[in-house]
Amino acid sequence: MKENEFLLEMDHISKEFPGVKALDDVSLKVRPGTVHALMGENGAGKSTLMKCLFGIYKQDLGEIILNGQKLEIHNSKDALNYGISMIHQELHPVPHRDVMENIWLGRFPMKGFGPFQFVDHDKMYADTAALFAQLEIDLDPRALVKTLSVSKIQSIEIAKAVSFNAKIIVMDEPTSSLTGTEVEQLFKIIRDLRKRGVSIIYISHKMEEILQISDEVTIMRDGRYIGTWNSAELTTDLIISKMVGRDLTQRFPDRHHVPGDVVLRVENITSINPRSFKDVTFDLRQGEVLGIGGLVGAQRTELIEAIFGLRGITTGKIIINDKEVKIKSPADAKKHKIALITEERRVTGIFPVLPILENTAIANLDDYQTPYLLLDEQRMSVDAEKSIEKLRVKTPSSKELIKNLSGGNQQKVLLARWLLTQPEILLLDEPTRGIDVGAKFEIYTIILELAKQGKSIIMISSEMPEILGMSDRIMVMCEGRLTGILDREKATEQEIMRYATLYRD
Amino acid sequence: MNFSVKKINEFFLQYAIYGVLLVLIAIIAIDNSNFLSINTLRDILMQSSTRVIIALGAGIILITAGVDLSAGRVVGLAAVLSASMLQVADYSHRFFPNLPHMPIFLPVLVAVMGGLIVGLLNGWIVAKLSVPPFIATLGTYVMVYGINSIYFDMKPNESQPIGGLRSDFTEIGSGSLGSGPYSIPYIVIIALIVAFIAWVVFNKTKLGKNMYAIGGNVNAAKVAGINVGLNLIMIYAIAGALYGFAGVLEAARTGGATNNYGNMYELDAIAACVVGGVSTTGGIGTVPGILVGVLIFTVINYGLTFVGMNPYWQLIIKGLIIVAAVAVDIRKYLSKN
Repeated sequence: MKENEFLLEMDHISKEFPGVKALDDVSLKVRPGTVHALMGENGAGKSTLMKCLFGIYKQDLGEIILNGQKLEIHNSKDALNYGISMIHQELHPVPHRDVMENIWLGRFPMKGFGPFQFVDHDKMYADTAALFAQLEIDLDPRALVKTLSVSKIQSIEIAKAVSFNAKIIVMDEPTSSLTGTEVEQLFKIIRDLRKRGVSIIYISHKMEEILQISDEVTIMRDGRYIGTWNSAELTTDLIISKMVGRDLTQRFPDRHHVPGDVVLRVENITSINPRSFKDVTFDLRQGEVLGIGGLVGAQRTELIEAIFGLRGITTGKIIINDKEVKIKSPADAKKHKIALITEERRVTGIFPVLPILENTAIANLDDYQTPYLLLDEQRMSVDAEKSIEKLRVKTPSSKELIKNLSGGNQQKVLLARWLLTQPEILLLDEPTRGIDVGAKFEIYTIILELAKQGKSIIMISSEMPEILGMSDRIMVMCEGRLTGILDREKATEQEIMRYATLYRD
Repeated sequence: MNFSVKKINEFFLQYAIYGVLLVLIAIIAIDNSNFLSINTLRDILMQSSTRVIIALGAGIILITAGVDLSAGRVVGLAAVLSASMLQVADYSHRFFPNLPHMPIFLPVLVAVMGGLIVGLLNGWIVAKLSVPPFIATLGTYVMVYGINSIYFDMKPNESQPIGGLRSDFTEIGSGSLGSGPYSIPYIVIIALIVAFIAWVVFNKTKLGKNMYAIGGNVNAAKVAGINVGLNLIMIYAIAGALYGFAGVLEAARTGGATNNYGNMYELDAIAACVVGGVSTTGGIGTVPGILVGVLIFTVINYGLTFVGMNPYWQLIIKGLIIVAAVAVDIRKYLSKN
């Protein structure tokens, strides 16, 4: 039999959602026994493409060919049967069961007589131990999963994929929660898998990793296929310019104003949770954009949620306009003109089953209440319509359910919600996560416009270009501690990384 | 083309419940044309009245993504409380033999307050002790029945059904505005007023918006600065007061009360809500939907009895409708691209 040049071919895939062309003629061709990086900005269509591969979406056009055979994949079980497996960015193990049960879930080895079949724990243990030995994973098959670190859980997932005889393993941002040494271990496993003919589709934003581990790179932008290159031909700059498709200088709006006096001072605040932030002190000036950089686990979200009254602090002061304030709940924060846009838009931001109107009005109901306890509906709907227009939310009307909007438009609605409360201080946690490139630029424009109007902004961002391009100053955190505050002119990607890893191994 | 088919499908899904109601009425009317009469309509509306009030209480809890199992027992408690204080003076087995004549509003208020207190307790257990609503209200369900039974068993009543209610009280439950076939029963008017107030609260007040927000996404509600605990306590309390009020009307309508009044009404109310499009996962539900949901069940009860169907068969049909209605309704929210 003739060897196929490609193990997997996703050929001219297109997928349209109402109002959005998510994938437009995208191809991905993976050779056997290689690591194939898939790159593109958030919203470029990487995850949509992968969802087509796993039958979560059905592509409108195009074919999926594995080993020369055209496949019809209806769900992730089909994909698994064809030897296609995925390690998700966010892992969902069964925490209260042990390692081996997590691996063999749904296909436990059985023993017994006739109809009396029982789970064969000894065989399960032996099989798991053998699997781990083969992959050189050092882990007790009987350990409870909830006691393990993220990297260990990830290696369980990889072992599980291997146990399914996977020919292709998709890894979505596998290193986002790993430390340096853990990344090295992961790479060792990946190289080992490659040697045994398994192909890896590796999704990541980290250039250095991509250049280090991958053989080929496919780049996507705005749902389109840009090209596939041999990794040896690429550099970080080349990848960025292909991903972005325009000069870096144009990625952020121009800005011309200078921050004013200190409006918020945070003094030595320490979380109630001993593993969270400790002894953090900083100032925020009027009209300033203060970026907070750091790695996952740096406790940045916890810090700003504490300022907003969502989490408790043991010691420390929050001073607004030279007066110390006590913020014990989001309602208190609102009274002090603070607004928060959380990172997890779906979990803590939108009300998916409610219309845009309710979604914009909800934080501002006190203001809409008339003396008769009824709400001023007229004003509510005028405000919603105005917000839609001003922030350019793409929607037929304010009666549309927010769940039908794209991520970028949902984010604009959330911005509208908080702008209606007329805040002076805005806390933005990863404000452009999961938003496509065009909408990102619009959000940046809005943020800078707000700063220009004299609103003060704290913005957490894990995207280096974003934090460098948007912030007046950047404070960097590592393991719950503030490690440095950099001025815009002096900040570089290397400096931020150095501070972000100060206490890490 | 494709687009319009989708539209039509959506339309059918959106209004499926109303269709079910019409089809039911049509089937019963074809079987027995006497069904379509003003008297039938009157009976159905009267029977629906207390159920609507209970279902509105159950509905607001469901919209917050909770559930309230205590509803039926609170109805029983309020029925007994109000009836015990509204017996005629010369009745031989008076609950309180020497109780002076009271203005009606006082016992009514006591009964409604009883419901409200149980509701407050439910809300407090759910909001402050973080006990899941199913368990919290299961607990109060059992307790309220116990409390009601102790009260009902007091000397000299000793668990005798409470009868001999004053005619000015029973008139509320069985009397009508006007006379003849086109008269409007007071109880229907009361239910409509309650439903209207509920509609205003659902749609025009802060509490209503907060209720939808808490059910739609409780975490987002917290971040938006809503005092989730306080709102939940208020909503459970209102629900309790509604059950209490329904219990009073139930006593007035039937002219008596026992500690078993209202038994299992919570299940009928929840069923009516879900058939009426209230989502059990929270955030979705309307007053008109709940009204139609209640009507469907009354039409089934009344109509199938009217055509002489075996009551056990009626149960089977009721069960099928609950499952079918939700299976259809949930199609609105399941989407596979």
